[in-house]
Amino acid sequence: MDSSKLLGITTFIYLFSSLIYMIMFIFKVKKIGLLATVVTIIGFLINTAGIGMRWLESYQMGPGMGHAPLSNMYESLVFFAWSIIILYLVVEFIYKNKIIGAFAVPFAFASMAYASLSPEFSTAITPLVPALQSNWLIAHVFTCFIGYAAFAVACGTGIMYLVKSRDKGDSPDSLLSTLPSLKVIDDITHKVILFGFIWLSGGIISGAVWANSAWGTYWSWDPKETWSLITWFIYASALHARFTRGWGGKRIAWISIIGFLAVVFTYYGVNFLLSGLHSYG
Amino acid sequence: MLHAVALLYRIESNILKGVFEGFFVWRNMKKKKNRLWEFFSSTKLALFCFFTLAIASIAGTIIPQSKDPGFYIGKYGETTAEMFRLLNIPDMYNSWWFIGILGLFSINLIICSIDRLPTVWKLVTMDNLATKVNRLEKMTPRIRFGTKQPQQEVVSQVEQTLKGAGWKPSQGEREGGTLFFAQKTPWVRFGVYIVHLSILVIFAGAIIGTLFGSKGSIMLREKAQVPFFYEFGSSERVPLGFDLRCDNFSLTYYDTGSPKEFRSELTVLENGQEVLQKSIVVNDPLNYKGYTFYQSSYQAYDEFWLTIQNQNTGARKTLLARPGVELKWREAGISVGIVNVQQPDRWGRYRLKIWFSDGKGEPSVFWVDGETVVSVERLDAPYDFKSEQLFATGLQVAKDPGVWPVYIGCIMMLLGLVVAFFLSHKRLWVYIYEEEDKTKILVAGSSNKNKVGFENMFNTLVEKLEDNETLQLSKE
Repeated sequence: MDSSKLLGITTFIYLFSSLIYMIMFIFKVKKIGLLATVVTIIGFLINTAGIGMRWLESYQMGPGMGHAPLSNMYESLVFFAWSIIILYLVVEFIYKNKIIGAFAVPFAFASMAYASLSPEFSTAITPLVPALQSNWLIAHVFTCFIGYAAFAVACGTGIMYLVKSRDKGDSPDSLLSTLPSLKVIDDITHKVILFGFIWLSGGIISGAVWANSAWGTYWSWDPKETWSLITWFIYASALHARFTRGWGGKRIAWISIIGFLAVVFTYYGVNFLLSGLHSYG
Repeated sequence: MLHAVALLYRIESNILKGVFEGFFVWRNMKKKKNRLWEFFSSTKLALFCFFTLAIASIAGTIIPQSKDPGFYIGKYGETTAEMFRLLNIPDMYNSWWFIGILGLFSINLIICSIDRLPTVWKLVTMDNLATKVNRLEKMTPRIRFGTKQPQQEVVSQVEQTLKGAGWKPSQGEREGGTLFFAQKTPWVRFGVYIVHLSILVIFAGAIIGTLFGSKGSIMLREKAQVPFFYEFGSSERVPLGFDLRCDNFSLTYYDTGSPKEFRSELTVLENGQEVLQKSIVVNDPLNYKGYTFYQSSYQAYDEFWLTIQNQNTGARKTLLARPGVELKWREAGISVGIVNVQQPDRWGRYRLKIWFSDGKGEPSVFWVDGETVVSVERLDAPYDFKSEQLFATGLQVAKDPGVWPVYIGCIMMLLGLVVAFFLSHKRLWVYIYEEEDKTKILVAGSSNKNKVGFENMFNTLVEKLEDNETLQLSKE
């Protein structure tokens, strides 16, 4: 069993798990909730094994080749999926609500599917270029992606909020009655954004420290840096609007969606549309 | 860490109190005087700064920065390029208006903190034993018990229970009863101001770096040494105050042909004396006297170091050879030259065809494979040949005394964010009084964040009181 097989299986399990969560939501089959969680956990374990296996494989390729599988777009998409799932599972555990899965797990599936199916990315393990040969690699990628994953989950709950808020009637048969109350969704979105904001800050800071130790400049207004700062501004605005002006509900839900679009652009768009120092993923 | 912070805050509190009270008076004067104060302390201004900085930054990533004037004319037309020039768009992040917005943002941070800190300071240092009983009656969570036990006994039992549960109560007499108050981590209310301050510290570091730092580059050929570097922007020579020499540069490749390592062997010299040697790679620079030298690029030359060694006498000589030029090692009466070069492939492998004569018999002509040693038999003695391509190493030079303030600001920001988002100021009151021949206990609490977590904590304490057999409480 090699890593690419494991990661291929992961993609399908995340698809399967997304479907179960959606069926649970749309057809209100509460009974399959446990199945959904179990399948997701299995997918997560296989995802973890796939990442670990790829790590090992890089060491087996020869001396000097070994490195954490966080060095290109393909590997980062796989790690992005991993981060989303672990974060989602924690949210599910804390809030004891499985419907959120229908809005969060599809992000992980999309990331895996894009990584495996898109012809743009090579799945081959390539050795680290000199710029990436640093202990900061793991710290930087880890902090950034935990942040990104939190914002993905917040985007999911933001969408959930907007869907639910269209529900005018209080009929118990309504499709949306299985969703948590608006107040709870709003609270989850807010808490997940707080969490993501700390990790995004940590990601920007670890990147700055790394840049300083590799190039002698902690900040050079490179497009990647600049876009991460733009993302930071968006979420900082959301937090200030909430803390001092009492923003909540639909507005925060929209910001969680706009913020996530900025995350996607920072992560993905910058590499393909703008040129800069950060060409590895 | 948190204990240290708490301790520090206690020590400093008296000094700070005076300072803050001074501030208070000053602020009130200001407040009355003008609306400017209100404007500069508003969240609206903060949101405006976030918004404009974000929009400007987006523009800065779309419009290429730091290009020649001709580039902008070619790409955007004469009129637009002129407008860009007036607005400093080609160097937007250093333009007067971008720095201006950052300045406005800093003023906003300072004024808003000065504006709000006194209120927070009061909340943190206030005498909570002075809290009115009717305010306790409105708090959530809140619970009331009654017991037949005498008040004195209840007071001592409650105090013990509070202490046992990790609270450190203070005690006071209030409206005929006894009031206990205990709180946890009141200083977390400063968390958000630590974050604000951290941004100012980072800005201060950036300003220090701009004023007292300098950045530039050096292109240094192997075996050469320089006492200066070229500054970015001005392209002026900046003296280092010492000499820097490159002893060797090496470039290695992976089997795939992608570069594996750029390595420079550097030596620092003071007055001709070697004082420090270090081999640097991309993520591992050399530090000396406030300057840091980073491996950033290289240049390969069509020239080669040839090392010739007489195997019998051990005498050796290294010459720098250019293809087609004859070189002499006079002491040994030797002439040598490169007559042909097979250029490096993607793994950096090259071949040299060498012409070699020691003046005795026919000259030797042979191929040398890259850096491998080749032996050549001559009438007098066998000779060893070794070649190495000539490189120049490209170094980035930085002296930035503002880096440490920036790092301290970053750490403050992360700690401040954790405190501001996830720690809460928890307050607990227990009021014990007599009513209708019974002793009543009113327990009330409040927390500025994480109400659910606080309620759990509150309930644990309440259970402890209920479990106390001496108290014999009944809920009311």
